[in-house]
Amino acid sequence: MSPAESDRTLSTMPTDVWSQPSVDVPDLGGVEQVQRITVPASMRYDYSPGLTQTRFLRALEEKRILGERTPGHEDVYVSHRGVDPVTGLPTTEEVEVGPHATITAFCVVHIGFGVNAPPTPFVSALFLPDGAAVSLYGTVGGISHEDVRIGMRVEPVWVDDADLTTSMENIRYWRPIDEPDVPAEQLKGHM
Amino acid sequence: MGQQARADDELLHAPLVIEYGFNRTTGPVVGAFLTGLREQRVLGIRGADGRVVCPPVEYDPTTGEPLTEMVEVGTEGTITSWSWVPGDREGQPIPAPYALALVRLDGADTAMLHVVDAGSPDAVATGDRVRIRWADERSGSITDIACFEPVGGAS
Amino acid sequence: MAPARDVAVVSVAQTAQRRAAAGLSETEMIQPAIRAALDRIDASISDIGFTCSGSSDYLAGQAFSFVMTLDAVGAWPPISESHVEMDGAWALYEAWVKIQAGHADTALVFGYSKASPGDLPRVLTRQLDPYYYGPLWPDSVALAGLQARAMLDAGAITEEEMAAIAFRNRTAAADNPNAQLRGSASVEELLATPYVADPLRRHDCAPITDGGVAVILAADDHARRWSDRPAWIRGIDHRVDSHNLGARDLTRAPSIALAAEKAGATGTFDVAEVHAPFTHQERIVVDELGLAEGTTLNPSGGALAANPVMGAGLLRIAEVADRISAGTAGRGVAHATSGQLLQQNLVCVLEGE
Repeated sequence: MSPAESDRTLSTMPTDVWSQPSVDVPDLGGVEQVQRITVPASMRYDYSPGLTQTRFLRALEEKRILGERTPGHEDVYVSHRGVDPVTGLPTTEEVEVGPHATITAFCVVHIGFGVNAPPTPFVSALFLPDGAAVSLYGTVGGISHEDVRIGMRVEPVWVDDADLTTSMENIRYWRPIDEPDVPAEQLKGHM
Repeated sequence: MGQQARADDELLHAPLVIEYGFNRTTGPVVGAFLTGLREQRVLGIRGADGRVVCPPVEYDPTTGEPLTEMVEVGTEGTITSWSWVPGDREGQPIPAPYALALVRLDGADTAMLHVVDAGSPDAVATGDRVRIRWADERSGSITDIACFEPVGGAS
Repeated sequence: MAPARDVAVVSVAQTAQRRAAAGLSETEMIQPAIRAALDRIDASISDIGFTCSGSSDYLAGQAFSFVMTLDAVGAWPPISESHVEMDGAWALYEAWVKIQAGHADTALVFGYSKASPGDLPRVLTRQLDPYYYGPLWPDSVALAGLQARAMLDAGAITEEEMAAIAFRNRTAAADNPNAQLRGSASVEELLATPYVADPLRRHDCAPITDGGVAVILAADDHARRWSDRPAWIRGIDHRVDSHNLGARDLTRAPSIALAAEKAGATGTFDVAEVHAPFTHQERIVVDELGLAEGTTLNPSGGALAANPVMGAGLLRIAEVADRISAGTAGRGVAHATSGQLLQQNLVCVLEGE
């Protein structure tokens, strides 16, 4: 983008099209006008992920990563939602994948968001578990962020056994293992 | 629901609370109305046909033209419709039971949605006269009106 | 202006409508309906030019929840798709416009929700004006009670007539295996039950439902290829009444009459399916549509027998189309509503060859 473009006025609306006439208000005694209100909206749910994702979460409690596929189809989905997103057919065949995985994408994060974000800088990444067609999201640890590469081989680092729950938080982070990188062309279609 | 995920038919459940802390700008019309409530006064706005819309809106409900003339209306009014809310739900302006009601304030031509602290459904009827009970602490919100109460204090 | 193309409903399928689809995610819940709608005409997603869904994140308790549900369509490689945060009937309208504009010849439309995880009457308060109404958390049943009271006060309906509407719908639903509430106690027994939100009794309110429905649209020869008896959309229109409840005459919904006029919903119909989640609202819809005596009204049991929010309006279109395609009706009208107290309304006229 040229400097001239970046300096241009963002709104292209003619000035006389949108306007709000001033409002005559009875004298309220020179008090401060309300200009903003805070309207909190809190909703409570009894959330269930369904039986399919329940199986995935229960396996995580046993430090196993479960995928599913449609019988007769090759691609294993993880974490699965009960259907194959290519065919729209139910995934009824359970397949254990990983735990070793390959980094298919990563991002060095310098600005933390949210209460659960790790200290910055950290590396968020997509991890393709061995045997799976799609990647899981997580963070990379045990290595300087400058050394993270696409194709790098990794394994999950689990929380202590006593802290295992039915949650993705069981995987604290993924760390490198001593295996050669997977060439990028082998990751095509999984990025 | 308990905090622990529970296992009926091996199905996981968990409590989930989603909270949005919306911070909204009011604009001049809604802002003036809410300022008025904070000062224990109620403002409407004159529509294109001369009728007073309360609570006030920025644009005429029929013609869509911008409205500019805010006018003060009364703090007493008439119930134009009501229903009975027997049970408590989070966020309600006063503890149930109460009547949810449309109240046309004196000097207004449209009705305001609010609640009436009437005690029992036998003590409320369309056409009843009610007046505003102000909240002790007011910040510029529709809930600066704590509720309406029957004129005469009957309940 | 007459539509440029003839567009028909060529296939419909619905999930069982149940109080709670326990054990299923939204994606798993709607998948069988989508699949069945395609299978009925031996089609696959690659035959579909446009996909549009209607659902609500507030009901799901999850932002962009509809994106997950697209897995059930088979949305990879990327399909042409859109979504409305409204009843699926409005998704059907968008698909119809897309086909009229020549951007697609066929469309898959679905609407669904799982209302069971949350507190539906409270969730629905979030549809309302956030300055004047939202902070009061006026639940949907109490709000509907204001409208019922206005009608009772005006002599536009009686509590006996409201109970009779519940009785007729739920009795009709006895023949609908997908309905949630099938069969009804007598009108006298219904009237003997207590109020849940005076003047509304439980039977005056639609049940809370998990479920959904899928519909396939096709234009011209595409429709004839897929169906021996397509249900042609002869007219469709949607209109809105003011969100300002205190400025409305709650005993009426002029937007229905206007949508009906624009959709050409005049003359006689063999069947009408109207989307009235509360008994008194059926009276308003029927009056605004000007339905003639003798029209078979809500043979499915309507929303009072099963009310999957975001699907119940599209379900009305599906029920009419199904009867036309089956040859049990020649011409029908379907009505869908979205928002509270019949705020937004869609009218669709369907006809066989």
